[in-house]
Amino acid sequence: MTDLYKIALRNLLRYKRRTLLTASLITVGVVFVLIFVAVSGSFKAMMIGQITDSMMGHIQIHKKGYVASIDNLPLNLNLKSQAFARMDEILRNRKDIEASSPRLKFGGLFSNFAESTNVRLNGVYPEREFKTVPLLTSRIIEGKKTIGKGEILIPALLAKGMKVKVGDPVVIVATNQDGSVNGKQFVVAGILEGVTGPGGRDGYIHIEDAAELLRMPALEISEIAIRLKDFDRLQPVFQEITKQMEAEFRKDDKFPLEIHTWEGLSPFFNIARMLDVMTFFIKLMLVALVLISVLNVMIMAVYERIREIGTMAAIGTPPGKILSLFMLEGLSLGVLGALIGGAVGFALLSVLNLSHITFDFGLQKGLLLRASVNPMDFVAIALIVILVSVVASLEPAFKASRMEPIVALRHV
Amino acid sequence: MSLVVAENITKDYWVGEVVVPALRGVSFAIDPASFVSFIGPSGSGKTTLLNLIGCLDAPTSGRMTVAGMDVGSLDRRQGAAFRGANIGFIFQDFNLLPVLTAYENIEYPLLMVRNVPPEERRRRVTELLEAVGMADQAGKRPDQLSGGQKQRVAIARALVADPKVVLADEPTANLDSRTARTVIELMKTMRDQRRTTFIFSTHDQKLATEVEVLFRLEDGLLQSRRNGEE
Repeated sequence: MTDLYKIALRNLLRYKRRTLLTASLITVGVVFVLIFVAVSGSFKAMMIGQITDSMMGHIQIHKKGYVASIDNLPLNLNLKSQAFARMDEILRNRKDIEASSPRLKFGGLFSNFAESTNVRLNGVYPEREFKTVPLLTSRIIEGKKTIGKGEILIPALLAKGMKVKVGDPVVIVATNQDGSVNGKQFVVAGILEGVTGPGGRDGYIHIEDAAELLRMPALEISEIAIRLKDFDRLQPVFQEITKQMEAEFRKDDKFPLEIHTWEGLSPFFNIARMLDVMTFFIKLMLVALVLISVLNVMIMAVYERIREIGTMAAIGTPPGKILSLFMLEGLSLGVLGALIGGAVGFALLSVLNLSHITFDFGLQKGLLLRASVNPMDFVAIALIVILVSVVASLEPAFKASRMEPIVALRHV
Repeated sequence: MSLVVAENITKDYWVGEVVVPALRGVSFAIDPASFVSFIGPSGSGKTTLLNLIGCLDAPTSGRMTVAGMDVGSLDRRQGAAFRGANIGFIFQDFNLLPVLTAYENIEYPLLMVRNVPPEERRRRVTELLEAVGMADQAGKRPDQLSGGQKQRVAIARALVADPKVVLADEPTANLDSRTARTVIELMKTMRDQRRTTFIFSTHDQKLATEVEVLFRLEDGLLQSRRNGEE
């Protein structure tokens, strides 16, 4: 095989310009795909990170029907304290969960004593919330990076619109479950940068303040946000948690909870899916490019070397070896293109990262693009290129191996 | 026992819807270690006959036996194996593989067809390079060699696997008369040294004097046979 490979390589070098041109085409394709995969992948990972780490968490648990009415922040679809306590115990016992944060969500009236407006609020245990959505602290653009009792974090748009600063007293008025109204004074502890997506413009208060404001005799929970230790295990952990919760709470064939990953809750998931589809089509274009280039070169190679093939066959070269020779030529083209493409692609990605390119995503400005390719992605792209090169060589190689020596030798 | 036996061989070609007979009932026998030539004008059937002996083609009717094997009955794979083991080829246009050196061209049948171990390959190739006077040109590629040198390499390649018969179709057609004579001499020497049967075709009457057995072909018919001493 080594000798056959040596002959194949020499045959490629025999037509240097053509080989170089074809390898360049494959290289350009590989570079293009690598950069696209790196940029879109990094964009996707960053956006998913922003969404899950700054507000949503990886998984959320609600009472059944809550998500459908989430825009209204209903108080009658809360999880009762006993059920929540059991869920909390289950979640705390799981080794694959980094943190979980119960939230009491409600809508209220925000007043600066001069004017008032609507506000969506999350009552949280600050330490648990900051562990579950670690980017939340980085969204606090002014003030303290925590929430004490009697304090409130408000979104920047609200602060600007209501002309409220850190340290100012404000009042929150909320309607309770029974329809009565209650109010409580807070001090603005910090101002939050808004982010795109559900919950991106919510304010935060301590959960005990929320329960007090809503006059809850026992704490109720709107949702539990969960952060996993390993995001890549999202689906299996989600399945396991669902099973555990079903085992615990399913009664008479009715499961009173709904459990979602971030994918089921954020509209960005559809954009992420679209990016995946685009990546797939870009890869498909690469396949077409490699297929056509290598097929064209190999057809030409067979056509130009018909007499040579005839000689090899006449001498007694087994058809399998002639087939292998041409397949190896195609394989070498693919390997060459993939390797050069990989080298150039990674070099360009380094340049791209050194250029510190920033972009905006919704309300977030100046996000730094960190384009990187998982080595396994490169291996997959390289394997696709090599495999397609071999497939493209198959037909011409088969034709060469089936050639009648007498016909080939007569070819002019 | 004869090495090559042709029994009433016919070969027809179809040109469109017209049948063109290339060989019309040819019979002959060739003994081992002979130095044989088929002579005749263009279109007389020489190349067709060599192709049939070399199992590159099958007769329309009749039976061609080489080294005891009915070569017309072999399929593609069997044919390749039989040629690799029993037949060497020398072509009018030399047909050396352009990406291989003279040494590698000679080595090719041992490497790709016969799977001979490296040491044995080296010994046989070196021996033949010296025998054909090309030892000092071993590293050169075909495009760096003259016509005569290429044909010497082709002769060495044809002999390296120790075939029973070497077939040469117009081996001197692309050479000047002096080189042509040298090549024929070399083939004869190789026959003498290795006891390999050489069968070649030519239209050159002057070369006819060099052979021991001469078959004259005309319009697909064997007109005469002459032994060297006759």
